[in-house]
Amino acid sequence: MASETLHRFGAFGGQYVPETLIPALDELDAAFDQAIRDPEFQRELDRLLKEYVGRPSPLSTAPRLSQAVGCDVYLKREDLNHTGAHKINNALGQGLLAKRMGKKRIIAETGAGQHGVASATVCARFGLDCTVYMGEEDMRRQELNVYRMRLMGAKVVPVLSGTRTLKDATSEAIRDWVTNVNDSYYIIGSVVGPAPYPRMVRDFQSVIGREAKAQMLETAGRAPSSVVACVGGGSNAMGIFHAFVPDLAVELVGVEAAGRGLDSGEHSASLQRGVPGVLHGSLSYLLQDESGQVHPAHSISAGLDYPGVGPEHSYLKETGRALYVSVTDDEAVEGLGILSRLEGIIPALETSHAVAWVVKEKERWNKGDAVLICISGRGDKDLAQISEMGLLPA
Amino acid sequence: MASPPATTSSNSITRRFDALKKESRRALVCYVTAGHPDIGGSLETLRALEDGGADIIELGVPFSDPIADGPVIQASSQQALEKGMTYDGVLALLERAKPRVPVVLFSYLNPILAAGPDALTRAADAGASGILVTDIPVGADPAREEWLGASPLAFIRLVAPTTPRARMAEIARHGSGFVYLISRLGVTGVQQTTAASLPETIQRLRSTTTLPICVGFGIATPEQARSVGKLADGVVVGSALVSAAEHGPEDVLKLTRSLREALDD
Repeated sequence: MASETLHRFGAFGGQYVPETLIPALDELDAAFDQAIRDPEFQRELDRLLKEYVGRPSPLSTAPRLSQAVGCDVYLKREDLNHTGAHKINNALGQGLLAKRMGKKRIIAETGAGQHGVASATVCARFGLDCTVYMGEEDMRRQELNVYRMRLMGAKVVPVLSGTRTLKDATSEAIRDWVTNVNDSYYIIGSVVGPAPYPRMVRDFQSVIGREAKAQMLETAGRAPSSVVACVGGGSNAMGIFHAFVPDLAVELVGVEAAGRGLDSGEHSASLQRGVPGVLHGSLSYLLQDESGQVHPAHSISAGLDYPGVGPEHSYLKETGRALYVSVTDDEAVEGLGILSRLEGIIPALETSHAVAWVVKEKERWNKGDAVLICISGRGDKDLAQISEMGLLPA
Repeated sequence: MASPPATTSSNSITRRFDALKKESRRALVCYVTAGHPDIGGSLETLRALEDGGADIIELGVPFSDPIADGPVIQASSQQALEKGMTYDGVLALLERAKPRVPVVLFSYLNPILAAGPDALTRAADAGASGILVTDIPVGADPAREEWLGASPLAFIRLVAPTTPRARMAEIARHGSGFVYLISRLGVTGVQQTTAASLPETIQRLRSTTTLPICVGFGIATPEQARSVGKLADGVVVGSALVSAAEHGPEDVLKLTRSLREALDD
């Protein structure tokens, strides 16, 4: 068993799972630690990140957005990765680990479908069997991604329980893993779940921040003054934050989904409106009622529609190292339009939350600021949904 | 971690096993979800379990995200929550029902944490004898395990088919009342067959503890209860009884009686 500190970020994290999974988590813990110390594993991962994913992803200047908000804005372009989002960084790392552990069957959960697509992609590439759990409501919202997964040979299982979104898809994936734990590997898509997942997913995503840090020096000749990313479970945010956490001069900002407004009760702002609780294997901020039942989350973006959040974000909030803010559904849609019009980049609805906050808070930026936004994914997947809602310009 | 103090409420479970042992009988442990199909129905269900010959009742505290449960208990939890069931509601139900047999609360961690630091003493006051938490494995959270272990309730721990022998001993050492052995990989729910590895798993567990061993997950029929009863000190039946409760107390009574008879055969 690994030490308590390895399993937690301050008080947050842990392994709150059925006993059946403990030996599997111990095995995963050991396999991951061994893999990241193995230069051969690193070389293989780096090679695939380069030749298959297309890394390093570019850092783009954003002249017209910069002008609009009154400071220098830089965009870390995870939308240009193969499959169109940051999710592939983690799916590839874990897929490689699964292969190394001799697992033949992969389980994944997905909200917006980006992690499901990334997992299906990696499974196709490595010849692994792939089962993706997806809430029925999300399958409707993200039909294109369902099609992509099936095209690549994955089985997409609709989840009909609870709110029929990411939360329930995650529960169903865990149930599958408990049942098939001996031959299956569960690729969690965010920095959530029992230890070692939050740390492992962060480590596989930390390539975003490492690259961005070097690219900022190269392009801007300086470190960013603020790093901004959207937070659902929080994997793109942890990925870009991680390299900057020790640099106390760099402000870290996580943007949660305020949905129909923080006071409407219909949002996904776990860090701002939740209290610590246990869901899906870890202790973290959680939207819940006074009797400990998980409160359904809401966001226009399926990828942020989750009542929990990664435990390391709870820790960064508690220590004050990161600032957590939010924007509404409407503001996010506006953010999508703004980046599209000003920079010719159509961001995912999730990503649009980060963009929208930088625009909304333009009063707080000074001329000398350098704001780095993580463009976690591309928006193609969302266009059918927002056009259906009548939110696209005529 | 401190071992739990010998107190009256947790001892009622031990006394029950001692009495059964003297008669060479096996314990029939019956799970139902509190507040399912509704409060009134739940009271009748509890009565039917007692009348049918249950030795111990596991009373499920409904939770919105029951990751260790299959479709039947998921649906019953959902239904109970829709009817407004809460942790305090479960305790109120228990006070009203006053079952003559020991009651173990079966819960996920979050509703217990939300109920506050006095959650366990209040449960004991309401008449509960034990508590079982599905998602706090041994070593996961020493402070909260200590809290659970030091309460007046017996702290029932779970062992899985995947648990190595050394860890089995560790689990048994940190539990009391009985050890709940999960019969197979997976979530709760009715199965046609029991795992082939079960006799060997029971033997492995038996060599590490003197606590009574009750086997659950997937046991639904009198035949299954009889065959598992030959190996263990007790059997736990859950989903099958929850399905019966859906139809009414007569079905619960009938199933409980037939399980009792099969076990005493």
